Amino acid sequence: MRLAVVGAGAVGRSVLELAAEYGHSVVAIADSESATVDPDGLDPATVLARKDDEGRVGSADPAEALDAAYDALVEATPTTLGDAEPGFSHAVAALERDRHVVLANKGPVAERYSDLRAAERASAGEVRFEATVGGAIPAISTIEDFGPDHITAARGVLNGTANFILTRMAAEGLDYEHVLAEAQDLGVAEADPSFDVQGTDAALKCVIMANVLSGNGEFTLADAEVEGIEGVPGSALELAAEDGRTVRLIGEATREGVRVGPRLIPEHGTLAVSGTRNIVQIETTHAGRLNLSGRGAGGPETATAVLSDVGRLG
Amino acid sequence: MSDARAHTVRLELTDEPGELLNALAPIADNGGNLLSIYHERGNLTPRGRIPVEVDLECAPERFPGIVEALRDAGINVIQAGEERYAEEVSVVLVGPLIETDLSDTLRWFEECANLSVLDFSLSAPEDDRPSARLRLAAQANGVSEALKRVRELAAEKGLLVIEPQLEREVEA
Repeated sequence: MRLAVVGAGAVGRSVLELAAEYGHSVVAIADSESATVDPDGLDPATVLARKDDEGRVGSADPAEALDAAYDALVEATPTTLGDAEPGFSHAVAALERDRHVVLANKGPVAERYSDLRAAERASAGEVRFEATVGGAIPAISTIEDFGPDHITAARGVLNGTANFILTRMAAEGLDYEHVLAEAQDLGVAEADPSFDVQGTDAALKCVIMANVLSGNGEFTLADAEVEGIEGVPGSALELAAEDGRTVRLIGEATREGVRVGPRLIPEHGTLAVSGTRNIVQIETTHAGRLNLSGRGAGGPETATAVLSDVGRLG
Repeated sequence: MSDARAHTVRLELTDEPGELLNALAPIADNGGNLLSIYHERGNLTPRGRIPVEVDLECAPERFPGIVEALRDAGINVIQAGEERYAEEVSVVLVGPLIETDLSDTLRWFEECANLSVLDFSLSAPEDDRPSARLRLAAQANGVSEALKRVRELAAEKGLLVIEPQLEREVEA
């Protein structure tokens, strides 16, 4: 397939680099200021060298990437809340041209799911978004394969930053501020970690799963009950450990809604993944519980999910 | 967490050798696990028999079979009922526990009809917020309700609740 990639961050770059290995070509890529288009396929090394040297992928207008001759648009711009722009408009622009859309951007799927599905119904194109939940973990496609009617809940550890902090606090007996600073030094946490530690990121992923489970896309972040980990002191982790338990930021999605918060779990239980590892637990009606664990973030990991979606397109 | 629940049965036994063993065999034979036996030898029921209270644990679906087996064995079963879940649940509360009157918080739990505090542990380091861990016993089908009430108390007192992630299916 011919791909157009919007967004040249870690995910967009990795899609550009890995597409050929999956039998696809990238005919256009855009960042926020520029684009480069080549109907014969772009050379990843050339484009990325330019991005590194000049801070832009090309000299064309970003809109030209949306107009290029591609089969599927890969939307990998940063997640925004509320109207989920500009990601939402990018997706709609591709659907209006009867092209497929593969999202790595959580905003449109979490905040405007029913609008997105409406645009998809009016289009010959299809929308996929595996990469929005748990990086390389095939959470969405597993729910789809089983059929949302055969799944009662999906829950898990869905934010690597929050998990890294809680894991280190418990293991080293360190306080929150100390571990957060360490995580920032290591590049695990952003300079502004609020999106991760307040539970927003995990909540968006659960909202997406709740939308898939319910089918009609009723949910947005505003419907989620969210508590972050900033208020969890070292003493709480010590008390949990006395009882053979630990604390993880767990998000839970059902057809009824979304809850995210710090939870007590068995210290050596399935949900007690450590560091930046993620896990998604799916409760099925006839097949018990599935545990899918793996790398929940990162450029190549998320690009892997994007390219799996491309492979599923008709 | 196990599916087994604790039940109490009150039996009336005639004062004859071997009668107690006779009463316990149908329980064990039908999948019940004996927890305790209170044999009130000094007391007699109005019918002149000896009351015995037996606590046992079994899967919920086995309990009717145990009661039936007791009756088949000629034992008079005075009372048979599910008294409580054999299930415990831990929560951690974080925040101004002492300022908001710790004993009042504990009393609140004790006054909740379907809850009792089995164990309580407080950690109040000088340089961090205090936390308390409570191990609670909840009655039949009461865990979700218990957690809901814990959330209400926490909201009232400005505390953060770290709830247990229940192993069971999420309830509607």
